[in-house]
Amino acid sequence: MRELTYAEAAVEAIQEEMEKDGSIFYMGEDIGRFGGVYGTTKGLWERFGDDRVKDTPLSEAAIIGYALGAAMTGMRPIAEIMFADLLCLAMDQIVNQVAKIRYMSGGRIKVPLVIRVPLGGLRRAAAQHSQHLESWFVHVPGLKIVAPSSPHDVKGLLKTVIREDNPVISFEHILLYKTKGEVPEEEYTLPIGKAEVKREGSDVTVVTYSLMVHRCLSAAEKLYEEGIDAEVIDLRSLSPLDMETLVNSVKKTNKVAIVHQACLRGGLGAEIGTSIVEAAFDYLDTPIKRIGGLNVPVPFSPPLEDFVVPTEERIAREIKEMLQ
Amino acid sequence: MLKLEKEKLLEMHEKMVRIRKFEMKVEQLHLQGRLPGLKHLYIGEEAVAVGAISALREDDYIASTHRGHGHCIAKGGDVKKMMAELYGKKTGYCKGKGGSMHISDIKIGILGANGIVGANIPIAGGAALSAKLRGTDQVAVSFFGDGGANEGIFHEGINLASVWKLPLIFVCENNQYAISTHQPMVTAILNIGDRASSYDIPKFIVDGMDVLAVYEAANKAVTWAREGKGPTLIECKTYRFRGHYVGEGSRELTYRSREELEKWEKRCPIKRFASKLMEKNILTQSLVNQIDHRIDNEIEEAVKFAEKSPYPETQEASDDLFFEGAVR
Repeated sequence: MRELTYAEAAVEAIQEEMEKDGSIFYMGEDIGRFGGVYGTTKGLWERFGDDRVKDTPLSEAAIIGYALGAAMTGMRPIAEIMFADLLCLAMDQIVNQVAKIRYMSGGRIKVPLVIRVPLGGLRRAAAQHSQHLESWFVHVPGLKIVAPSSPHDVKGLLKTVIREDNPVISFEHILLYKTKGEVPEEEYTLPIGKAEVKREGSDVTVVTYSLMVHRCLSAAEKLYEEGIDAEVIDLRSLSPLDMETLVNSVKKTNKVAIVHQACLRGGLGAEIGTSIVEAAFDYLDTPIKRIGGLNVPVPFSPPLEDFVVPTEERIAREIKEMLQ
Repeated sequence: MLKLEKEKLLEMHEKMVRIRKFEMKVEQLHLQGRLPGLKHLYIGEEAVAVGAISALREDDYIASTHRGHGHCIAKGGDVKKMMAELYGKKTGYCKGKGGSMHISDIKIGILGANGIVGANIPIAGGAALSAKLRGTDQVAVSFFGDGGANEGIFHEGINLASVWKLPLIFVCENNQYAISTHQPMVTAILNIGDRASSYDIPKFIVDGMDVLAVYEAANKAVTWAREGKGPTLIECKTYRFRGHYVGEGSRELTYRSREELEKWEKRCPIKRFASKLMEKNILTQSLVNQIDHRIDNEIEEAVKFAEKSPYPETQEASDDLFFEGAVR
């Protein structure tokens, strides 16, 4: 099968959908001629022009608010915010407006809006360009959240969320954009709210998403050499969570580790862990283990940054410790 | 007086009266403890909503504020559904899920009142962008106050509208107080309309107690927008005759004087316009009485409708979050 980078697969999804539906347009910073800082839109401006691929000023709140107003009145915007950290500049529009308009209207207004957000850094970009803020948005009713981890998944999920009649945030890890993977030529989509078992195993369920999927898979190979057979689940959607897949796995392994790059305190691991306890307490043999970033801003210096975020080695070590 | 049809002038009078009477009733019901929640009344500012919206078509868009009842009525909102919403009833505009600060009616272009000051500015911008991309000649109006003009989103929203030459009219209802804070205490410029020059767009600074002055400016702004020339900023100098919210009581005299209030009350937009219309023999006392009577009945009917209506069932709390109803 042919291989594409994550960025190419994403662009292909958007291009295919834009060709089919004239109401879709794209707006964000440096997404036109420049093609997106990470190549998130490479080639779209050349194909669709200024009307449908719109460079904006550095006005994150206006980007989201304008996209919302357009979504409410018959268009299907895709709005890009260049870094998750910059979502802070658009919080009112996302949390108070986008997420609530439909509900506050008694279901009379539709908001078909996609917000694409590169996140996660790990490029020595320091505290204001490296955050994983997904748990804030999972906490807000009215938003759906996806976090595809591969070229295959980003294409399938983006096609779905572009067709979705509700607001969706797609969190895309910056280190994934250049990674390559198999992407079918033929049309396919992936459902929102469905996790994938990336590696089957019987000793422990490792729940993760985004970049950490790859680190967990490497850690699992390492653990296998040491006699531990880990099952790795890629959530793919953070809201809603696919509890069915998680519970089925826990019934088999009876042990759970949750791994995310975001700092541990108040992170998504707390929500996932508690949900598993509520749904499958009787199947758990050990306390749930959370493995996440340290509770500090992401530091600049390479050895410090590498230390605060879960690495393959740390994931393997902490899982081994929990099983002892 | 502008060369307007008699019917149009009477309709403007009637709309202002409907807003005033609706709000007086809301105030009364609230003080009687019959309405839950917060209410921000539009009493005194009627000429702004009616003047601006009278220049629009039904398929044009408005985005409103926490003080939004007047905009909704001026755009043709149904007072029964509004009142039911204020009661939190199932028959309300938002099935009781929005309340006073979130009434919308997308079918007649009301994108919604908004509880966050200034937040409707980019939403109206998006509607204007959508109209332009869809190739219609619809326009959008964003209403905000002197308070909203000091939010950062004011700058982001107007700059982008100007850059993209969107069919958008920014209407600043400068009632001079952000809750208790007098505009000169917190705003470096006296005329918010003067900020238009920063965005290279036309400005109008008008008497917001004069419905025809507002209409005239809005009409020019709408023509400008429909011709594809871009946004405009209209500042309407106005005044609210009540506190920031119902129940503020005598606290309003901590930030403004009785004399100031009385001075503005003498400039009541409804009385002024009615006497103008009477001078021109367009309106007579008996017609005034007739209109008053009819609207009193409308409002009474709305109250009856709201009070008779059921509350939503508690299980409906989970509906309407996502399209297709279900919470996933």
